[in-house]
Amino acid sequence: MSSVLYDIPGPRQRRLTLILSIAATILVLAGAYYLIYLPLDEKGQFSMELWGPLIDPSNENFVLVWERIWVGIKNTLIAAVLAIVASLIIGTLLAVLRLQLKDLAGRRYADLSAPAAYLLRGLGTGLAVLTRFCVEVFRGLPVVITIFFVARGFPEFGITLETLWYLVIGLTIYNGVVIAEILRSGMEGLPFGQREAAVAIGLSPFQTTTLILLPQSFRIMLPALISQLVVVLKDTSLGFIISYEETLNIGKQIIGVLSNPIQVYFVIAVLFILVNYSLSKLAQYVQRRLARGRKTAGTAAQVPPAALAAQADGSAAAV
Amino acid sequence: MRFTRVAAVATAAALTFTLTACAGEDAGSDGDTGGAAKSFAAGSTMERLNKAQSVKVGTKFDQPGFGLKGLSGKPEGFDVEVSKIIVKELGIPADKIEFVETTSKVREDAIVNNNVDFIVATYTINDKRKERVAFAGPYYEAGQNILVKADDTTITGPDSFKAGDKKVCSVTGSTPAENIKTYVKDVAAQVVLFDTYDKCISALDGGQVNAVTTDNVILLGYIAKNEGKYKLAGDNFTKEPYGIGVKIDDKDFRTFINDTLEKAYADGSWKKAWDDTAGKFGAELGAAPAVNRY
Amino acid sequence: MNVLIDKFDVFAGGFWLTLQICVLAAIGALILGAVVAVLRISPVPPLRAVGTAYVTVFRNMPLTVVMFFAAFALPALGSNADFLRIPGLDVVFTRLGTDLPYFRFALIALTLYTAAFVCEALRSGINAVPPGQAEAARSLGLTFGQNLRYVVLPQSWKASIVPLGSVIIAMIKNSALIGFFGVVGDLSQSADQLTSAEGYAFIPVAIGISIGYLIMTVPLGALLDRIERRQAVAAR
Repeated sequence: MSSVLYDIPGPRQRRLTLILSIAATILVLAGAYYLIYLPLDEKGQFSMELWGPLIDPSNENFVLVWERIWVGIKNTLIAAVLAIVASLIIGTLLAVLRLQLKDLAGRRYADLSAPAAYLLRGLGTGLAVLTRFCVEVFRGLPVVITIFFVARGFPEFGITLETLWYLVIGLTIYNGVVIAEILRSGMEGLPFGQREAAVAIGLSPFQTTTLILLPQSFRIMLPALISQLVVVLKDTSLGFIISYEETLNIGKQIIGVLSNPIQVYFVIAVLFILVNYSLSKLAQYVQRRLARGRKTAGTAAQVPPAALAAQADGSAAAV
Repeated sequence: MRFTRVAAVATAAALTFTLTACAGEDAGSDGDTGGAAKSFAAGSTMERLNKAQSVKVGTKFDQPGFGLKGLSGKPEGFDVEVSKIIVKELGIPADKIEFVETTSKVREDAIVNNNVDFIVATYTINDKRKERVAFAGPYYEAGQNILVKADDTTITGPDSFKAGDKKVCSVTGSTPAENIKTYVKDVAAQVVLFDTYDKCISALDGGQVNAVTTDNVILLGYIAKNEGKYKLAGDNFTKEPYGIGVKIDDKDFRTFINDTLEKAYADGSWKKAWDDTAGKFGAELGAAPAVNRY
Repeated sequence: MNVLIDKFDVFAGGFWLTLQICVLAAIGALILGAVVAVLRISPVPPLRAVGTAYVTVFRNMPLTVVMFFAAFALPALGSNADFLRIPGLDVVFTRLGTDLPYFRFALIALTLYTAAFVCEALRSGINAVPPGQAEAARSLGLTFGQNLRYVVLPQSWKASIVPLGSVIIAMIKNSALIGFFGVVGDLSQSADQLTSAEGYAFIPVAIGISIGYLIMTVPLGALLDRIERRQAVAAR
C-alpha cells in the first residue's frame, strides 16, 4: 500500500530522499548516543562485572546463569504449549457450542407439546445467555486478574494444584474465550450459501458446523490464531505473580544474586523478541500461502471482511 | 507431583502399616538420632511426613541471608537451615525437601490450602495471622528498621516520614509495609510497594525513594553486599519475632517443632545455622528466644 | 460481601486511578501510534526502518518487560519522567504531579507498548482503502502529505475504528499490571492489598474488582460490536 501513496521518485526527489535519509540516520544515532549510551555508561551499566555472567563464557557464573535461564525457557515453553493446546480445544468447543445454541434458540419445536417446547426453548435461550455472559466476562477481565483469581480462588474450593496448572488454567480461560470469538466470527463471516448448501444436502446443524463451517473458519482465521499464540507466549511471563518459575521469574532470581537488572532484562527481552518475531513471520508466511491457495482455487469471495480480519488483529494486542 | 506424592504416601502407608500399628502413644519422643526408623504418634503430621519421606517447605526465594535462590537453583539462608534442622528431626533426608516459594502475601493461604507442610520465611508472629495459622517458635527476633544511603542524615527514624516529603519503599503484603503506613502523611505520594526488595533497592539507587524499610536483618544483608553504600537510620522501632507457620489446629506438630528448636538451641546447631548464613552480615544473633507454647 | 460496602472507597479509588491511567495512556498511544504509522509508510527509508523496528520490538516483548524498563532503566538514564508533569493536567490527574514517579513510568510503558498496536491498527485501516484512491489522488498531483491528509486517512479512519477499539480494550486490561510496578492504589493492587495484607475474604473482593474492570471493558466492547455490525451492513 505504502508504495501507491507517492510517485516513483525522480532524480531531484531521490537526492532529497538521500539527504533526508542521512539526516534522519544521524539524528537517530546521535539521539541514541547522547540520551541512552552516555547516561548508561556514566552509571557503569556497560561494565563487564554486570554483563560478564551473561555474555562472557569464561566468567565463573556464565554456565550457571544460562543453565538457570534454560530452566526458565523450558518452563515458559511448557506453560505456553499446554495453554495453547488447551485454549484451542476449549475455544473450538465453545465456538461450536455457541453457534449450536444460537440455532437452537431460533427453533420452535412445533412437533412437541406446548410445555415441552417452551421448556426446551427456555433451556436453549438460557444456555445461550449463560455462555454469552461467560464469554463477555472472561473477555473483559485482564488476564493477570484471571490468573490471580484462579490461583487464589481454586484453593478456596479445596482444589490445590502446582503453580504451572494455575497459570495454564488462567491463560486457557482467557485465550479459550478469545479463540472461540475468533472462530465464531470466522464462521459467521462465511457466505451464507455455504450453510444453505449444507442444509440442502441434508446435513444436520451440528454436521454443518463441524464439517463445513469450522474447517473454513480455521483456514481463514489461521493468521489471527497464530498471532494469538504469540499473545499466549508473552502472557506466560505473568507467571511471576504466582511464583511460577518461568523465564522472567528466573531472571528475577538471577538479579537477586548478581544485581544486574538492566542487563538480565535486556537479554530476556531479546529472547522473547526473537521467538515471537519468528512466530509472527510464520503467521505472515501462512497468510501468503493461504492467499495463493485461494487464488488458484478461484474462490476470492472467501477473503474475510476487513473489519473481521482487523478485529482478529486487534485481539492480538492483549498483553 | 501431587499424584506421585499421594501414591507414595499410600504405598508407604500400606507397607509400614503393620509395623507402626502397635507403636502406640509413647512414640514421638525425641532424642534418638535421624533416619527413617523414627516413629511418631499415629495420625500425627510427623508420622504422615515421615512415612511419605518427603516434605514441602515454604520459604522466600529473594531474601539474602534467609532464603535466596542462587545460581545453583537451590535456596540458601538461615530459614532454609532452620527448616533442614526440623526436617532432619522428622527422619527425612535433606535432599527430600521440596522448597516452595512463599512470598509475603501468600503465606497464610499456602498453609491453609495445604500447598506446604510448614513455612519458614521471615514470618513475623502476630495476632492477625494467628486467626488463620499457628506459629511455632519464635526462632529469631528481628525488628523493623530503615535503610538509607550512607550520606543521608535527614532520615533518623520512622518519624522522619511524618513531614510528608520523604518517600519509602517496601514489599506488598508485608508487616513492615503496613507498619510504615501509620507513620507517613500521604500513602499515595510517599509509599512505593514492589514484589521484591531488590526493586526497592534499585529505586533507592535511582533516587525515586529516600528509604527502604523492613526487618533489620534483611536490610543488613544489603548493607553487607554493598559495602559503604547504605546504612541503617536509627534503632529498630518494632519487634518482629520470626515463627514457623503450621496449620492452625495442628498443636502436636507445633509442639514437635518447638521441642526441636529447643534442642537446636542446646546442641549449637541453631547457632551454626546462623553463623553459616545471615550471621555473615554482621547481625547480632542474641540469646535464643524462648519458644511460645500457646 | 461486607467488604464491598465497608471498603467501597477503596474500590472506587482503584477504579478512578485505573481509569485515569487508561485515559492518559490511550491519548498518548493514539498520538504516538499515529506518528509511528506515518513513519512506517513514509518515503524515507531510515524513517521506515525506525517505524518497523519500533513495532517489531514492542509487539514481541511482554508488557512486563516494558514496564520493567520504564520503572528501572529510565531512572538509570537519569530521568524521572518529569516532562509528564504537565501544568494543568496534573491538577485533574493528581498522580502525574506527585514526587513519586511510578505513575508516570507506568504511563510511559503502557503508551509505548500500546502505540505499536495502534500503529498496526491504523495501518490495517490504511491498507483497507482501495489502492485506486491513492493512485487517483497521485494522478491529480497530490503530494505524499496531501494524499494522506485529504484522501487516504479520512477513509482509513472508518476501517481503523474497530481494531483501534480492540487495542484500547486490551490496553485497559493490560493496565492491571501497573500495581506490580510501584503504582499504589489501582484496581488490581487494591485487590492484592485487601486479600493479602488486610485479610478480607477472597471471593467478594474478586467480584468487586471484576465489576470495576468490566464496567470499563464490556460497554466499549458492545459499542465496537455495534459499529462493526453497522459497517458490515453498510458494506453489503
